[in-house]
Amino acid sequence: MTETSGTDRLRIRPYALTGGRVRSTTELPLETIVRVTGRCIIHSHELSSERRDIAGLCDQPVSIVEISARLGLPLGVARVLVGDMVTEGHLNTHHATETAITPDGRPDQRLLERVLNGLQAL
Amino acid sequence: MVFKRSERARADKPVPIPVKIVVAGGYAVGKTTFVGSISEIEPLTTEAALTSHSDGVDIAGEAAKSSTTVAMDFGRITLGDDLILYLFGTPGQDRFHFMWDDLIRGAIGAVVLVDTSRLEDSFPAVDYFESAGIPFVVAVNAFFGKMHHSLEDIREALAVPESTPMVVTDARDRDATKGTLLELVQHALALVNAG
Repeated sequence: MTETSGTDRLRIRPYALTGGRVRSTTELPLETIVRVTGRCIIHSHELSSERRDIAGLCDQPVSIVEISARLGLPLGVARVLVGDMVTEGHLNTHHATETAITPDGRPDQRLLERVLNGLQAL
Repeated sequence: MVFKRSERARADKPVPIPVKIVVAGGYAVGKTTFVGSISEIEPLTTEAALTSHSDGVDIAGEAAKSSTTVAMDFGRITLGDDLILYLFGTPGQDRFHFMWDDLIRGAIGAVVLVDTSRLEDSFPAVDYFESAGIPFVVAVNAFFGKMHHSLEDIREALAVPESTPMVVTDARDRDATKGTLLELVQHALALVNAG
C-alpha cells in the first residue's frame, strides 16, 4: 500500500484501488465473514480510506458481499481489498479447513444438520 | 474515532461460519421477494463485474458490450451464535452462468423459483444445477394460490427427475419460504448421507 494518510478522500475508479487486480491472492468466497483484529486497530492510521471504511464495518462480523453492498464497492474490488487485509493481518476469518465441508467443498452432514435445526427453530 | 467501537466489540468469540443457498429463476419470478420474506435485513444489492470472473475466457461476449455489471440481491438469516445463512437471488439467464459458478461453490444448494405462466424461463437454471450436480429443489411460486398446471405436469415440462423435490411456495410468505428452504436442506442432507 502506498497511501499512508487519512487525507486520501478522492473518489477514483474502483479497480485503481486494487492496482487493477480483479483477483485477490487468497480468493475468498464472497460469503466469507471477517472481523477486525487487534493489529487493525493499532495500525488503523496506516490504512487507506477504503480500507478504513471496511475495517469500520468489520468491528462486528460481516461478509465480503455485505461489505460490497454497504460501501457501494463492486464485489470484485471488495474481495481483493478484504483478501489483502486478511493476508496483512488486519482482518480475521475462518480458514476453509476449519469449517465442516465435504471433499467437494459443500457443507458436511453435521453442518447441514445445524442449518436444518436452526431453520426449524426460526 | 471509528475504531474505538472495535475494541469493545472484538471478543474471543469465533467468527461465524457462513453457509449459503442460491435462489435462481427467470426475470421477475419473485426471487428478491422470496429472499426478503425471511431475511433479517432488507435485501441488499451488490454488483458483480463480468470481467472479474472471466478467467481469460471470453464468456462475456455480447453481454459485455451492453452491460459490464450484474446486480445481485441477497439476504441474511442468523442461525445461532456462530452460523449465518446467506440467500443469494441471481438472474436466471444463460449469460449469467459465470456468476453461478462462483456463487454455487460451497453452497448448500439451490432453489429454482418457477412461475407457471413462464415455465421456459426456468429451463436454464434447472439445466445448470442438474448438470453441475448441485442439490436443488424446484419451487413453484403460486401467486395468490393460483397455479396454471399441476406439479406433475410441471415436473414433466421441466424434465426434472423424480429424485428432485418439487414444492409449491409463496414467495411473499415467510412460512412458505422457510418450508422451501427446509425442503432443500433436507434434500442436501439426504444426498450427503447417501454418499
